[in-house]
Amino acid sequence: MTSGRRGGRKTGKPDAPKVTNFGDHAVIVPKNLLRKAWARNSAEGLPDPVADAERALAALSGEFAGWMDSECERLDTARKAVRAKGFDAETRQALYHAAHDIKGEAATFGFPRAATAAASLCRLIERTTDTRRIPLTLVDQHVDAVRAIVREHGTTRAEIVADALTARLREIVDAFLKSENGGRLPDDDEVLSPPTVPRADGP
Amino acid sequence: MIRIDFNRLRFLLIDDNAHMRRILRTLLHGFGSREVYEAEDGAAGLEAFTHNIPDIVITDWAMPIFDGLELTQMIRQPGANANPFVPIIMLTGHSEKKRVMAARDCGVTEFLVKPISANALYQRVLTVVVNPRPFIKTKTFFGPDRRRLVNPNYVGVERRKGTAKAEIIPQQALLERVKISE
Repeated sequence: MTSGRRGGRKTGKPDAPKVTNFGDHAVIVPKNLLRKAWARNSAEGLPDPVADAERALAALSGEFAGWMDSECERLDTARKAVRAKGFDAETRQALYHAAHDIKGEAATFGFPRAATAAASLCRLIERTTDTRRIPLTLVDQHVDAVRAIVREHGTTRAEIVADALTARLREIVDAFLKSENGGRLPDDDEVLSPPTVPRADGP
Repeated sequence: MIRIDFNRLRFLLIDDNAHMRRILRTLLHGFGSREVYEAEDGAAGLEAFTHNIPDIVITDWAMPIFDGLELTQMIRQPGANANPFVPIIMLTGHSEKKRVMAARDCGVTEFLVKPISANALYQRVLTVVVNPRPFIKTKTFFGPDRRRLVNPNYVGVERRKGTAKAEIIPQQALLERVKISE
């Protein structure tokens, strides 16, 4: 095992990382260039940056419904391409990508149930080995569900209907995936975003 | 206590979805950032990375031309660009454990699953600024140390060879990180 600095002393570069060599790997500690952003003075009396960002996002929220509509149009266009050409690499990618974007964005836009329906479509596409075997009716049901949830958002009983709809979609997808996998459901390995710090109210 | 002066940080956002880029930009401006650059695919992202030399990269996974993983691998080429150590935060709708592991193995620093929140993004930035991890270089990997915690009670096979001195690598306890962020 050898250890020591590389570059720093020989070249005189102050930012050269500290390198320690071991049997089959090296541990490199670069200079923390982001230390320039440390502000050690008290935060007392200063605005909370997270609250400021949330306010900025709230100010933007007037645009979210229009953005959601455009994402739904994109999903519908991708669905029509699948209907016209069938599943190939291009149409599969366009449909999956459109659904995946809605899965990631819809909750931020205020449409969490649309995200659930889109996630079901992503799961259907991801978990099916040969997407050409996916019934187009099942694709239609997902796309129509996403569009209906967005369209009816805020109306009476919309949330109850959306929950029932997404639960039923999940059941249908489960049944299809089981039939495609010899009666077994492919592993779902969903995880939540790993927290960098424990919750304040946690154990 | 350490606060972050976001005004001193330069960000690069890479996402093919214009709505998501707008949201990220809004959040970062809300934190106090002023230098926020954008790119809409992996290739443009690499170009913007080389040109603007950002302090922190926030990238999507699924993008045209080449994706967030390929972009990360290109950035994590020692000697190939100005800063292969740059913190890379992957923001994605992919939430499966195998995806998180794949991103980690490509050299991603932090992983953030959509939907995004101001607090989650702030915590990731705080982590990379205040608690940077050392880098590990092997024949097959170059990136932030994938071992976030030192387990003194670990009794399994030691996969790293010649790690006798590894214990000197400073690893801040999770509890200390919490105190800093409070």
